[in-house]
Amino acid sequence: MNMTTIAAMAASTVRISTPYAAGALGGTLSERGGVVNIALEGIMLTGAFAFVTASWWVSTRLGAAPQWLAPVAGLAAAVTCGFLVSLAHAVLTVSFKADNIISGLAINIFAFGATSFLLVRIFGSSSNSARVPSFSNWALFNPGGTLGAINDIFNPLIMLTIIMFVASQILLDHTRFGLRLRAAGENPSAADSLGVNVSRYRYSGVLLGGMAASVGGAWLASDQGLFSAGMTNGRGYIALAAMIIGKWRPWSAAGACLIFGFAEAAQNHLQIYKQSLRGLDAAALDLPQRVAATIPSQAIQAFPYLLTILVIAGFIGRSTPPAASGKPYETGNETA
Amino acid sequence: MITRFCICASILALTAAPSCAAETSAPQTTPEKNAVQKIKVGLVFDVGGLGDKSFNDAAYLGLKKAEKELGIAGEYREPGEGAHRESHMRNFAKRGAGLIIGVGFLFTDEIRNIAADFPLKKFACVDYSVTPVQSIPDNLIALKFREEEGSFLVGAIAALKSKTGKIGFVGGVESPIIKKFEAGYTQGAKHVRPDAQVKAVYAGVSDTAFKDPQKGKELAMSLFDSGVDIIYHASGSTGLGVFKAAEERKQMAIGVDRDQSDEAAPGVVLTSMIKRTDQAVFDTIKETAEGQFHGGVHSLGLKEGAVGYVYNDKNKEMIGSDIRAKVEELKSKIISGEIKVSQSPDK
Repeated sequence: MNMTTIAAMAASTVRISTPYAAGALGGTLSERGGVVNIALEGIMLTGAFAFVTASWWVSTRLGAAPQWLAPVAGLAAAVTCGFLVSLAHAVLTVSFKADNIISGLAINIFAFGATSFLLVRIFGSSSNSARVPSFSNWALFNPGGTLGAINDIFNPLIMLTIIMFVASQILLDHTRFGLRLRAAGENPSAADSLGVNVSRYRYSGVLLGGMAASVGGAWLASDQGLFSAGMTNGRGYIALAAMIIGKWRPWSAAGACLIFGFAEAAQNHLQIYKQSLRGLDAAALDLPQRVAATIPSQAIQAFPYLLTILVIAGFIGRSTPPAASGKPYETGNETA
Repeated sequence: MITRFCICASILALTAAPSCAAETSAPQTTPEKNAVQKIKVGLVFDVGGLGDKSFNDAAYLGLKKAEKELGIAGEYREPGEGAHRESHMRNFAKRGAGLIIGVGFLFTDEIRNIAADFPLKKFACVDYSVTPVQSIPDNLIALKFREEEGSFLVGAIAALKSKTGKIGFVGGVESPIIKKFEAGYTQGAKHVRPDAQVKAVYAGVSDTAFKDPQKGKELAMSLFDSGVDIIYHASGSTGLGVFKAAEERKQMAIGVDRDQSDEAAPGVVLTSMIKRTDQAVFDTIKETAEGQFHGGVHSLGLKEGAVGYVYNDKNKEMIGSDIRAKVEELKSKIISGEIKVSQSPDK
């Protein structure tokens, strides 16, 4: 392990964590208000698609547009899309009091179908879109130097995700809005009796959450500079797990995401490290090298899952969801 | 669950509608040699369907070419996600298609069973997964590509081109099919440069490993950061991330299945290992139409012109004439049998 490897692994950890983190934050905001949101996967996927489509449209149709406009338009489209898709979830679950899980599942299936269909219609391929302009990293360190890999995390979307976490933590814990949102999720009838409009707060939570999660989708698309079918690949569900491990608190959820990200980054590096030992004389290896050389590659592949189980079983203790999460609320006014 | 239901419903609709269509079974008269018959060909795609920029599209090209040049009647179906490949193939067989082609190793078990159920029909399967336990029916062609031979050549190019002597490989799932690519690549590299180091990594353990560009990019960046300067991928759309990483790290990558240079920034794709699924499909249709159908394994490699590497105006500057000459020499040695390329990496 040298500094270069550590820098590369740290950068990789943050980059892998980013979509999980944006999704986990979305889930947290939604559930603290009392609405379970498993539609994160679909919100991220449509967000990724919206990013690519808008960026592509701006860069190909508006020839004179400045370089930065295409990805910014992409982000705006992604967030708008996150708003609209989560609005659908909010209408179904808050206004029509549908089962939260079923609504979320329906949205995920719809998102996969709709993006695949539009991919063929707009880009003429069932595999991936054209390449589009995306947010580039700020080169703060010498790219060829020891810490060059760190540059990979100075990306506007990663910075935005961090800002969203700070803002959400303050919003939930230190504002009147946050208190009322949490009340709508913990004890809606008490909130209602004090004149809080539970539906309005639940809507706010779901919509804010949807917009936060869509940034994760925008990041996935921007990082690749293209959309490929189903590119979220279950990251929305991992985000849900991070939310639960983080006990529905933004900071802790961010920590859980970093653990997931670290596990994957470590897995990638372990695979490569093991390969670099191939063909060396076994007698010349020191103990850690010999251990690495004998671990089967399947065990390395399983490392992220093992770490997750260890974290859940060993360290986090009891994780209790908001008391009224997933339970539709009938206001006194409506029944009267 | 809902998708399942929709697919079931649409299949019901499909099967119901064509049953009233003319039921012209394939001509059973003994064909004159080389007299091309206007057979009906049914093609069933793998997951991904048309527009996958990979073997589905290639198979479609082969079918189109056969329609144009041989005057056969082609039809295709896209099963999408889910297990409806079998019903599409049975449907084709019942409706009088003379030749039914399944695209992808996923068809292996189903097509073998259906071929046994319809002994008078002809079948072909691209990338059929041959096992010693199951025999192949006489009316089934298993189209097997020797990808390890094409991979050998791109491995040689990578090793000759590499400045660091370290080259990488990103595979989808660590399965025997993908291991062939790694094996050929490693042997090719070691053949021209015995001290070359090949670092092979895999994206995952399930099908999603073939469609996860973020995973591909992170793996590739880690490889580049460890001193590798050229990466070959055999990982579906996960490889798009490998190209992106190569672009950001200002290194090079090698594509797979077809010329992938248009998927990456200019100067990123050094070459691609190509697999002529289009030609295999066309040849199979042609043989069948001419009455020359022979069931069993059809092994397709460099000798048959079914695999190879890309060398054209776009990348000839990147490869260079010296490396080109060396690789062409290796190619003729493989064709003549002087060099044997093994399918397993650990030999």
